[in-house]
Amino acid sequence: MLNWANFISQLFNGLVLGALLALISSGLTIIYGTLGVLNLAHGAMFMLGGYAGWFAYAHTGSFVVAVICGSLFVMIVGVVMERVVIRHFYDRPDEDQLLVTFGLGIVFVEAVRFAFGSLSKTVLAPEALAGITSLGFMFYPTYRLALLGIVVAALLALYAVLYKTRLGLMVRAGIEDARMVEALGINIQTVFVIVFGIGAMAAGFAGIVNAPVVSIAPDVGEGILVQTFVVVVIGGVGSFGGAVLGGLVAGEIISLTSMFNPAYAYVMLFVAMTLVLVLRPRGLLGAAGRE
Amino acid sequence: MSLLEVKSLNSFYSDSHILFDVDLRVEPHEVVALLGRNGAGKSTTMKSLMGLVRPRSGSIRFNGEEVSGRPAHVIARAGMQLVPEERRIFGSLDVEENLKLARLTASHSAPMDSIFATFPRLGERRRSRGADLSGGEQQMLAIARAMVRKPKLLLLDEPFEGLAPVIVRDLMSVCRELARAGQTILLVEQNLAATLALADRAYIINNGHIVHEGPTAEMKAKPELLQRHLGL
Repeated sequence: MLNWANFISQLFNGLVLGALLALISSGLTIIYGTLGVLNLAHGAMFMLGGYAGWFAYAHTGSFVVAVICGSLFVMIVGVVMERVVIRHFYDRPDEDQLLVTFGLGIVFVEAVRFAFGSLSKTVLAPEALAGITSLGFMFYPTYRLALLGIVVAALLALYAVLYKTRLGLMVRAGIEDARMVEALGINIQTVFVIVFGIGAMAAGFAGIVNAPVVSIAPDVGEGILVQTFVVVVIGGVGSFGGAVLGGLVAGEIISLTSMFNPAYAYVMLFVAMTLVLVLRPRGLLGAAGRE
Repeated sequence: MSLLEVKSLNSFYSDSHILFDVDLRVEPHEVVALLGRNGAGKSTTMKSLMGLVRPRSGSIRFNGEEVSGRPAHVIARAGMQLVPEERRIFGSLDVEENLKLARLTASHSAPMDSIFATFPRLGERRRSRGADLSGGEQQMLAIARAMVRKPKLLLLDEPFEGLAPVIVRDLMSVCRELARAGQTILLVEQNLAATLALADRAYIINNGHIVHEGPTAEMKAKPELLQRHLGL
């Protein structure tokens, strides 16, 4: 039976999940758009953010330190990964790029399992954000509300970087035609490494800020990767606006379907993706074709 | 000293040999044309100079520096700028952003106002996305994007291709104005009348080989030469 309080609460859950997916997906879509590499280790980056944050949290007890360490650690992993491995694959076939990023993802997951075991870890929300808040018409966990604010702030920061800075100008142009950007005197390799770092950091940041909601385990990234991939397809490859819109759509689909039958959440998600692929193959906000 | 001196340049597209020992020379303030049939290797020459195609062998001396095999961004910073055949405007960026991007790494750059004085139409459309411009406006933007960097050498690859005669006339006068102001240009163009009118000197390329070189005035007087190599 449909009950209003339950429906609205699920609608909110969908919004929070959607914002989170939007953030992770913008990282994936910017990397894919600019570098042309679909990073199948992106889910593992999300997981690494959670673990690096948890490690810092376990040693300092500070959630803020955990968020900073989680994000920075994954950014560094992203930069090293691009410098050492990915750059040798730009001129290789897509299959090779998929295999190498998929392989790196497995390495990250198993390294974490080896170091910290398979049991899940918990990061508690800061004291001030614990408990529940009354919104007048319903009660809702305070941290989830805060999470929505944190993720929206991160998305706005990403938007500002993309649309208000010189780096953003280079990235947006690079998504369309990286070779032409280079012919205008810009070292696109440097842009690539920064993009990879920022994209990875978006996933890592999401991994640690989400940790108080869902406890972390080595395989948390797998489901996220699949959902993120669907978001990028729905929103349109290489489109930041598409990632945000696609994230919200996917979040609501998963959340509202789960209210009736959680087993169908993924089914509905793929139905939505299929519909988009049939009716608008380039995605809701995707540009027409990319070289 | 020549601004550009190319010696025995050989370029390939994967396994097919496109350019065979191409020799070229461009002096400062000169307008030089590269003539040839479709597929003769004109665009490949331009891309090889700009570093967008990596030459297999040979030397490209630009402004006294060897640039063959260097990345495109290094060559662009040395002062060479290509206006590509396909224009390659950034469709999601507006006119101003396209120009701003080009200026980022330029050591000397032309003020926006002077660009919009040359191309008033672009000034009117400064907030329009590249994808929303007409073909003529895109070509203007492609040329403006190169000019804003004040290049020592401007490579124009088929700037008049597929445009209405009125627009070709406008762009022609812009090019003539540039040449009069002392801009060094290497031009590839199918429109023979326009090319011979603009250029001081021309090379004819056939199947990747330079087969003739001389002043355009001399070529105009020898229609049989143009007919033999260009099939006119």
